[in-house]
Amino acid sequence: MGRRSRGPPRRAQPFQGAESEEVTDSEEESVYSGLEESGSDSSEEEEEEEDEGSDGSSPPPTRTPRKSKTLEDESALEGNEALLAQNEYEEDSSDEEDIRNTVGNIPMEWYQDFPHIGYNLDGKKIYKPIRNKDELDMFLEKMENPDYWRTIQDKMTGADIKLTDEQVELVQRLQRGQFGDVHFNPYEPAVDFFTHEVMIHPVTNRPADKRSFIPSLIEKEKVSKLVHAIKMGWIKPRKPKDDTPTYYDLWAHEDPNSILGRHKMHVPAPKMKLPGHEESYNPPPEYLLSEEEKLAWEQQEPAERKLNFVPQQYRCLRAVPAYPRFIHERFERCLDLYLCPRQRKMRVNVDPEDLIPKLPKPRDLQPFPTTQALIYRGHTSLVRCLSISPTGQWLVSGSDDGTVRFWEVCTARCMKTLPVGGVVKSVAWNPNPTICLVAICVNQSVLLVNPCLGDKLLYGATDHLLESYEAPEEERIQPVQWVTANVEEHSKGIRLLIQHSKALKQVTWHGKGDYLASVVTDNSNMQVLIHQTSKRWSQNPFRKSKGLVQCVLFHPIRPYFFVATQRYVRVYNLLKQELTKKLMANCKWVSSMAIHPGGDNIICGSYDSKLAWFDLDLSTRPYQLLRHHKKALRSVAFHKHYPLFASGSDDGTVIVCHGMVYNDLLQNPLLVPVKVLKGHVQTLDLGVLDVIFHPTQPWVFSSGADGTVRLYT
Amino acid sequence: RRLCILKGIYPHEPKHKKKVNKGSTAPRTFYLLKDIKFLLHEPIVNKFREYKVFVRKLRKAYGKSEWNTVDRLKDNKPSYKLDHIVKERYPTFTDALRDLDDALSMCFLFSTFPRTGKCHVQTIQLCRRLSVEFLNYVIASRSLRKVFLSIKGIYYQAEVLGQPVTWITPYAFAHDHPTDVDYRVMATFTEFYTTLLGFVNFRLYHSLNLLYPPKIDGQADVELKPAEGMEYAMDSESYLEKLSALSASLARVVAPTHEDEVEMDEFPVEGETAEQMDVRKKEQEAVENHKKLFEGLRFFLNREVPREPLAFVIRCFGGQVSWDKSLCIGATYDVSDPSITHQIVDRPRVEKQIVGRYYLQPQWVFDSVNAKMCVPVADYFPGVLLPPHLSPFVTEQEGDYIPPEKLKLLAMQRGENPGEMRLREEESEEEEEEDEEDDNEKEEEEEEDESEKEEEMKLKKMEEQKTQSNKALPVKVTAGKVRLEDKQRLEQEQQSEEKRLAIMMMKKREKYLYKKIMFGKKRKVREANKLAAKRKAHDTAVKEEKKKSK
Repeated sequence: MGRRSRGPPRRAQPFQGAESEEVTDSEEESVYSGLEESGSDSSEEEEEEEDEGSDGSSPPPTRTPRKSKTLEDESALEGNEALLAQNEYEEDSSDEEDIRNTVGNIPMEWYQDFPHIGYNLDGKKIYKPIRNKDELDMFLEKMENPDYWRTIQDKMTGADIKLTDEQVELVQRLQRGQFGDVHFNPYEPAVDFFTHEVMIHPVTNRPADKRSFIPSLIEKEKVSKLVHAIKMGWIKPRKPKDDTPTYYDLWAHEDPNSILGRHKMHVPAPKMKLPGHEESYNPPPEYLLSEEEKLAWEQQEPAERKLNFVPQQYRCLRAVPAYPRFIHERFERCLDLYLCPRQRKMRVNVDPEDLIPKLPKPRDLQPFPTTQALIYRGHTSLVRCLSISPTGQWLVSGSDDGTVRFWEVCTARCMKTLPVGGVVKSVAWNPNPTICLVAICVNQSVLLVNPCLGDKLLYGATDHLLESYEAPEEERIQPVQWVTANVEEHSKGIRLLIQHSKALKQVTWHGKGDYLASVVTDNSNMQVLIHQTSKRWSQNPFRKSKGLVQCVLFHPIRPYFFVATQRYVRVYNLLKQELTKKLMANCKWVSSMAIHPGGDNIICGSYDSKLAWFDLDLSTRPYQLLRHHKKALRSVAFHKHYPLFASGSDDGTVIVCHGMVYNDLLQNPLLVPVKVLKGHVQTLDLGVLDVIFHPTQPWVFSSGADGTVRLYT
Repeated sequence: RRLCILKGIYPHEPKHKKKVNKGSTAPRTFYLLKDIKFLLHEPIVNKFREYKVFVRKLRKAYGKSEWNTVDRLKDNKPSYKLDHIVKERYPTFTDALRDLDDALSMCFLFSTFPRTGKCHVQTIQLCRRLSVEFLNYVIASRSLRKVFLSIKGIYYQAEVLGQPVTWITPYAFAHDHPTDVDYRVMATFTEFYTTLLGFVNFRLYHSLNLLYPPKIDGQADVELKPAEGMEYAMDSESYLEKLSALSASLARVVAPTHEDEVEMDEFPVEGETAEQMDVRKKEQEAVENHKKLFEGLRFFLNREVPREPLAFVIRCFGGQVSWDKSLCIGATYDVSDPSITHQIVDRPRVEKQIVGRYYLQPQWVFDSVNAKMCVPVADYFPGVLLPPHLSPFVTEQEGDYIPPEKLKLLAMQRGENPGEMRLREEESEEEEEEDEEDDNEKEEEEEEDESEKEEEMKLKKMEEQKTQSNKALPVKVTAGKVRLEDKQRLEQEQQSEEKRLAIMMMKKREKYLYKKIMFGKKRKVREANKLAAKRKAHDTAVKEEKKKSK
């Protein structure tokens, strides 16, 4: 009861002077703190508060039973009075003892696990009140204690506090949103001090400051700064918005001739390639890739692909998906535009037919050999060399099988076979029609053979001529040995042997038929020897070797002598005994050489399948290089009368060309290939080994590696 | 780099690579010194520098969170114009038109980009606007010539003031943006292209006496207003959309005088014979007819067909077009309109068919445009297997492979085959009678077969000619009639030999060239033969299948 009497003044205290009173009463604090922390406390309290909360929100239904309950339990309340008083005293005593917690405003959960709940002013621990209530006790208390609903736990001390009626009322008022103080009137009449209406009297009677009458210095300073800045042009007025239209007629005054210096070389960007049928969403079926093609497409590098997409077919437009590489392609185009070097490429737009040179028709250049007429069979190995008698009646051929055969041209009959016991490298019929003599190269000797063919008078005269030789008185030192054939050989037809020290390569007659030149496979100065048959006398024309000699030739008219080494053809004047000219063949390895009957033009065949035509009057370089053959040239030949020359090659063909040489010096020779003659079979990678023209007819003979000699007419 | 793009500077291939590159042959790009100097004098360089400074300042202000400064800086954002560069790069208008291809393709691509990320929204909007304006110009001038549906996108070719302008638009799907593409480069190009396209549009509109920026014709505007007044609150927003609907004609500065086709004054050009004149006249007539291809036809687009390209193409050739109102604004008439002649449908079958109109697949429109005539509709009914869609950009030269469909088309263009008219009449009834359709198909097949045979024969002949002219090849002898042909053959042989000999006499360089050309020709023939063989195999396979099914 004493509490009740004491209550009101204690209540009034905090409301009136809460802010001024620094040290609050522990009980009051506990009350407030309890109220404030109601939301976040132990479950038991929470329940209660929730109850109360629900009460607040819907007062009538719940309150009445509560109140009745209180009324009913009044007696019990009185019974509890003693306990309550005790409690109160406890609190009081605690108040007196001043066991105030010094932990400050911290969440009390921190002390949950400790036996104490904080420290008092002396630094001693404040222990939690011994609470041995378990759930059952709690429940019992809840059921039995009528003041249970107004009992709360002080967080700071851990003690149970029962709220007084005033406190409960205060709580309820606050919950209702009213002021805590009952006497506080929130609706006091407003006194309008600073009204919008202009009053005649000032609210305060204070006189105006002096500074409100004089201009502000700071402002002045600022303004002067701005003025200065404007004057100096530091501050510019805001630019007016440009309201000219963004687009106008840019090309109003266009000048078609106004091309900037840079644009002279300007290469406009090429347009993108227009799409073909295969790009259609529904292309004709043949443009779709088959499986293998698709696989090949996938394996190709993206840069190598002919199409940068796989043609696809969709049944209808609805089914067409977006192209996933569209942005890529645009981007690549952009890159091309600014990163690709541009270059004007001259696209040759010529009709290929126009490129073919206009040549006189071969038909107009007849006669020339066109068809294969005869085959001379008999040799068993490659036929290396051919020669024809000056009358054109007889043909002689030398072969690797160690025989020399004499043929009748018209009938392809082998008139005579002369075994010589060695590979025949070269045969040469004496060009003098009055002498019937053939020079044959075998091993290390040149055999001069009288074939005993044709006019008996003629070959008799030849024999006579050879026998009429008388040895000179003093023996001259000769590089070779002249040996007269013995009886056995004589019966074969061999008349003389010119024995060299080394293997022979080639033999050739001078036009008059007295001199002959032989080439020895040697690297010394003894490579070329010139022999005179009538005097049986040989000489070595060169003092020094100029390289491996391939072949030699006499000029048909003048005293010139041609020596072909691997790369050059040297022309010597035999009378003056000097070098006249050095022709550069422009090829790697000269194989053969022939001279035009006029004597001003030479052709050289080479192993690198070129044929060089030299005009001796023009220059030392070839007038024309003909690359007609696919393989190495083995031999070349000129016709005596017709403007024809032929070349035989390893590819098994003989190409007959028209080579017209004009008497007019201003006109260049006309070279026209007229016929490709085929017939020889390639054996051992060799085709045609020798070519020779008939002296009077436009016929050509060729000997091949297949052991045949063929005649084309 | 940006400057190079804007100014159109590109590297050059030096004549002596080794000399320029100090002896090494490593691949490097070379710019002309003159070009680089030229770049240095460009006034826009300073603007770029200013912009760089501006960005730096702005970043600093943001970092310090000085919002006043930010505002002030943003107010004074430096801007630059590319007008003078456009003028410099394209001194004449025709030059600009010549280079319009890339600009258009780029703008159309950018206008389909999403409004988020990748590039500025303003750029996208500008691109969209410009491209729509250009489309409207093409419609107004009816200058579209060719359309091609490829798997990459749709190619259009228009003839603008005598210059062919080709561009490609992607299909209207969302792009999956690749990561290995530098969008800044593309954006720089687009920046230039938009400027160029803007000026070109301006000029083009003025050449047609149209207002620029384009305004929709008054009448049409009034018609459209009530319908879309409810949905579209913002007038300015709907403007572009209306424009992009492509349905309304544009307002002219000068009211179009009533279709007075100014007869072309005929100035006989000297040295031109009457025949040539006739030819020219005919060509012009053909072009005029092509322009009026769809005149008088009324189309309706179902909602599943791509609206924009179809509407564009149809309007370009004088047709009227409409679509479902809920699809896009600008629909002028309804599905149920009885005056509709063609309805474009892309479904396997149409449930409710209204009598009196053709239901066609969209390819019909494109094929008709490319064929310069209305192709027979029978092949394009919904659900029918479509004939192949051919590229109109391919002009077959002699010796190229020509697909049979193209041959058929060419034949049709030359003179209508008599069966066609009959077919057309039947087609209207065909909806009820399917048997007839089958018959027609058979007929067509037969025709096809015939044409194929002819074509094969032609091909063979061509090949023969090829081989004959190609004298490098040994001449083949066909069996039979050997005696008769002997002389001919001999002559041929002789000729070929002559040629061969002549080829032998060619100079090295010329020979090389000749061989190259001949190689190219041979390859071409080979490819053509391959295609032909493939086609033949395919056709036989199809026939066999048909036989089996029967």
